[in-house]
Amino acid sequence: MRKYVYKRPEVFTDAITTYCGGCGHGIVNKLMAELIDEIGLQENGILVWPIGCSCLSDRYYNMDAYMALHGRAPAAATGIKRADPSKCVIVYQGDGDLVSEGMAEIMHAGIRGEKFSVIFINNAIYGMTGAQMAPTTLLGQTATTAPAPLGRIVDNSGYPVKMAEILAELPGVVYSERVTVNSPARIVQCKKALKKAIELQLAGKGMSFVEVLSPCPTGWKMAPTKALDWIDDEMTKVYPLGVIKDASKEAE
Amino acid sequence: MGKKEFLQGNQAMAESAIRAGCKLYFGYPITPSSEVPEYYAKAMIERPEEGITFIQAETEVSAFNMVAGAVATGHRAMTATSGPGFSLGQEAVSYMSAGDLPGVIVEVMRPGPGDGEILASQGDYFQAVKGGGHGDYQTLVLAPYSVQEMCELMQESFELAEKYRNPVILLSDATLAKMRESVELPGYVPQKDPASKPNALRGCGKNEPHKVVTCGDGPVQWEEFNARLQEKYKRIAENEVRYKTYNLDDAEIILVAFGSMARVCESAMKMAREKGLKVGMIRPISLWPFPDKAFEGIIGKKFLVCELNAGQMVQDVKLAVENKRDVFFYGKLGGTTPSPKNVLAEIVKLGGESK
Repeated sequence: MRKYVYKRPEVFTDAITTYCGGCGHGIVNKLMAELIDEIGLQENGILVWPIGCSCLSDRYYNMDAYMALHGRAPAAATGIKRADPSKCVIVYQGDGDLVSEGMAEIMHAGIRGEKFSVIFINNAIYGMTGAQMAPTTLLGQTATTAPAPLGRIVDNSGYPVKMAEILAELPGVVYSERVTVNSPARIVQCKKALKKAIELQLAGKGMSFVEVLSPCPTGWKMAPTKALDWIDDEMTKVYPLGVIKDASKEAE
Repeated sequence: MGKKEFLQGNQAMAESAIRAGCKLYFGYPITPSSEVPEYYAKAMIERPEEGITFIQAETEVSAFNMVAGAVATGHRAMTATSGPGFSLGQEAVSYMSAGDLPGVIVEVMRPGPGDGEILASQGDYFQAVKGGGHGDYQTLVLAPYSVQEMCELMQESFELAEKYRNPVILLSDATLAKMRESVELPGYVPQKDPASKPNALRGCGKNEPHKVVTCGDGPVQWEEFNARLQEKYKRIAENEVRYKTYNLDDAEIILVAFGSMARVCESAMKMAREKGLKVGMIRPISLWPFPDKAFEGIIGKKFLVCELNAGQMVQDVKLAVENKRDVFFYGKLGGTTPSPKNVLAEIVKLGGESK
């Protein structure tokens, strides 16, 4: 008898992703696909994609999808979920999209306690447009708009934004966790967090938010293995991992 | 005949939208359109059996994008705004145009530019008709001139939006929005199952997914994408022209006006006729597609285009007439509306002699 140890998630199409080698988006995309299969979301799920490196992601899934304008995914998702609350709506955004262009949209979706799940990819850089500074770029980190030798400087650009903590302050957000995907164990933890975020939505709770620290070797100009280390050595010092808020019990 | 009611423009319009099956309203309050969100907010609480959802959005940027998301599911949804809010919504109007999304937007014009004033204006004609957002797109633009017509065009906006899967703008102004008139409200429109509408996001199961994507895939694909949109606009232009003509048979001077200004012109035309002046009127109702055909074959007459702006629709009239030297303009800025007497004086200046 043949026993599957591993197989490609069924919801995936045959499309090849456009991500660079060593990018974290592909890992998170695959975890989502596994969860869509495991939970059975194809029938009733709608994915809302952003502008940025993941803006072609609708092609990877046999799922209904809406590719929102830059930063507007939480607003579009509000329209979708309010129109039909029976759907499972998963919003996926990068840091340029969610923290910069769409700060108002994500904050107010959280303030209203919109009942959808948000996956936030924080790679501390603008990947797609060519390694410009993001609001999440670390102090001293270089980017094409924060060049060497100084990198990001406070006087000019302020401090990195900690979205998982900010959103955790909102009563409408029931769950906020920060994870990463730089080791097998952490990929497993990331999947657990994503699963919880989706399950909370299916249980009709408020907004659930998962921030994923994600490697961008191309944007960071590092070898992929070095990028994985950099998450540990630099990123997690500014963006600590873990559950920041879990009000799912109280919300019952 | 149904029951006549004495209703304010904004409120009558909101009620008509609800009866058109628009149960989702997303908006940000702004004078002079705020009675629309207020009406929906109240209806949501007081008429629970109708399943109305009202969300006060954080910005018009969000409100328009919420409408886009909601209509993507096949449900009817709308927003109403004014001037600066309409500007903020333009990226989503461009998006809805590209995404074949039937959003309905009420724009209650007030005089700009900038923060401007909160009185009546028609200064957003260009923005609505020529496309205030980016890219080659067109939205249907309908301009009512009475509260009754507002109710009817409000309902028609939803039908047209879904027929062509294209955003529709109902272009109102502060006068029409705030005035009260006796109206017969239209009835409830029977609704289709939202999930049965083309490309409605609903969850695809094992079937072909439904997608709203406005991102190009190379110049060849994007040219085809755009050509398809232009094909749609051609069909709309061929089939959805709306206008009304008055006393054209013997008219020597033809007034051209839309919206609240057309009311003034209608009175001026009557006054002129009483004086024996041969004055007629063309009232465009669809501003896009512009009723070029209303002007076809009219030769050797003078056109006096009257607008509450510095001269916007007049450019479309010049494109529509045989000889643009026959086209004259009278406009008013700042928020006041000229009286019929003011328009009559312009008619007399143009040499509207009785013959």
